[in-house]
Amino acid sequence: MTHPHATLPPVIVPDATGHFGAYGGRFVPEALVAAIDDLTEAFHATQADPQFRAELAGLLRDYTGRPSPLTDVHRFSEVAGARVLLKREDLNHTGSHKINNVLGQALLTKRIGKKRVIAETGAGQHGVATATAAALMDLECTVYMGEEDTRRQALNVARMRLLGAEVVPVTTGSRTLKDAINEAMRDWVTNVESTNYVFGTVAGPHPFPLMVREYQRVIGDEAREQILERVGRLPDVVAACVGGGSNAIGIFTAFVPDSQVRLVGLEAGGDGIDTGRHASSITGGVPGVLHGARSYLLQDENGQTIESHSISAGLDYPGVGPEHSYLNDIGRAEYRPITDAEAMDAFALLSRTEGIIPAIESAHALAGALKLGKEIGPEGIILVNLSGRGDKDVETASKYFGIAP
Amino acid sequence: MTALGDTLAKAKADGRAALIGYLPVGYPSVQVSIDGMLAMVAGGCDIIEIGVPYSDPVMDGPTIQAAAEPAVQAGVGIADALRAVTAVSEAGAAAVIMSYWNPIDRYGVARFAADLAAAGGSGVITPDLIPDEAGDWLAAADEHGLDRVFLVAPSSTDARIVSTAAASRGFVYAAAVMGVTGARESVSSAARELVARFRALAPEMPVCVGLGVSTGAQAGEIAAFADGVIVGSAFVRRLLDSPDAAGVAAAGDLARELAAGIRS
Ligand SMILES: Cc1ncc(COP(=O)(O)O)c(C=O)c1O
Repeated sequence: MTHPHATLPPVIVPDATGHFGAYGGRFVPEALVAAIDDLTEAFHATQADPQFRAELAGLLRDYTGRPSPLTDVHRFSEVAGARVLLKREDLNHTGSHKINNVLGQALLTKRIGKKRVIAETGAGQHGVATATAAALMDLECTVYMGEEDTRRQALNVARMRLLGAEVVPVTTGSRTLKDAINEAMRDWVTNVESTNYVFGTVAGPHPFPLMVREYQRVIGDEAREQILERVGRLPDVVAACVGGGSNAIGIFTAFVPDSQVRLVGLEAGGDGIDTGRHASSITGGVPGVLHGARSYLLQDENGQTIESHSISAGLDYPGVGPEHSYLNDIGRAEYRPITDAEAMDAFALLSRTEGIIPAIESAHALAGALKLGKEIGPEGIILVNLSGRGDKDVETASKYFGIAP
Repeated sequence: MTALGDTLAKAKADGRAALIGYLPVGYPSVQVSIDGMLAMVAGGCDIIEIGVPYSDPVMDGPTIQAAAEPAVQAGVGIADALRAVTAVSEAGAAAVIMSYWNPIDRYGVARFAADLAAAGGSGVITPDLIPDEAGDWLAAADEHGLDRVFLVAPSSTDARIVSTAAASRGFVYAAAVMGVTGARESVSSAARELVARFRALAPEMPVCVGLGVSTGAQAGEIAAFADGVIVGSAFVRRLLDSPDAAGVAAAGDLARELAAGIRS
């Protein structure tokens, strides 16, 4: 059988200013262009520099604990109706995939000679990872976090402060991730000479979508090797949750050329797409420009961003990375919504069947696997990116399940 | 429709810089914001920058955010901005739209350009659209004879100043400081240096300076080296302090103070 994607290049390469087809680019104030150009150049130079790459690989191994394991989840698989394997990004130092990207960007910050980093954070995982790398590499660190999220993820606020970072609660707009990004951008325009913006996902202006992908693709590079060794064949489906899309791109990239492997991104469906209260940018949005790139976006008829809704702070974002929009439009990846309730069911199921408490973000991918398993049957294999652990979500989950002490 | 270049040339012939005042449409209401703009024209503004309120204004500080947010909530959009354009141009000033890119993108670039020209608008200032991404807009502006104002900043390289000036028509907006909109105590030396660099690289193109200007004295300082002085947050502040006829009058008073400043 010839597959429609047989002609795809091995990896998807954006053009020189970061366009993936009609998406991506650099919709930024001119004041940031020089810094973004410098960053792009430094990124390409370090990608070609064996010493930089060895230093990063060493950190990923000795500091983060890579490679992360691949775990067969037998009892969960019985319920799913197919064989499910988890790529265990929850076991990374700091508890999620975010550290992979941050170590790369923090090393790059040192390379370009800047002394201060800023970051946005939703769930707090990217903020914690950035604060961690800043402590390790002696960088000053300020993290912007929506006030609503500082409440939902109080544990991570405390972690960041313990690590020596300044956490700034953002009180504008919806007081969630999108507003934290706005505030971080304002800081960056003002302090760009001393400050590098360590962006947490594959959205934003070029070079971030490309750069963050390249720092995250280690997830899929490892997983592809691990699953071939373990099972002797490629999975039928690779599933990951999609907020901005970094863990998903991270695990998808190695499999993009394997046209027989379905790539499925699970977006936050909130109360359900038809209620309008969700964070499913691709399933429920239209293309537009937000935070420096063109991509699918939740927006109204005036072009105003619509506030997203999700039980998961890390997925509660009205935009998505441009490469996902492109993968969707060319049909190489599929995107589906998972409601809060479906995600929390999967959260409970994994906790009870496998002794693994997932991040609520990652529970969306697990819920996707539960649906996909029924579709592909018992001979099928689903690789799920377990992007993070659920410690930060214990309070939210206890309230949700009514088991708070 | 007035070409911005003609307005700037006329001010120059009078031996002064032009005064450019900004207000977002829709705060506290569409009508009161238009009244404010008309008071600014009466007070001496040559050009009015009509802001389209946007949910994610990353180039704006707290003052403009505070006015834009309720306008966004109230559903104010391009159609209201076009109403303001007509009112301002009928009052004899040049009307230029200042908008983040997504509201225009959503409205449709070609449709927007046609409607703006029909409403009597001169052009558009695009704070988050650089010429590199502006292909559709450059074409639409050419088709409808609209000016397009791109920005340069103290961080802009010489090469980018040259390419930005080449893509612009009307004038180029020089950001006086690295940062977001909002009143500042003093005029930075960065503004003067940027304008000097700009003039050496693009001597034919007018350059107007904004970000942080709030008093007649500051306007006078900038008028000495730029083709135009752009004032935003200080006008918005008048309406935030008094979102009614008194605020409208205060905006007019500020325009008079600034107009005197650029002539001193
Ligand atoms: C554990 C975890 N997974 C996923 C995400 C969503 O981000 P992305 O879509 O970039 O992977 C977050 C964000 O905070 C997270 O903490």
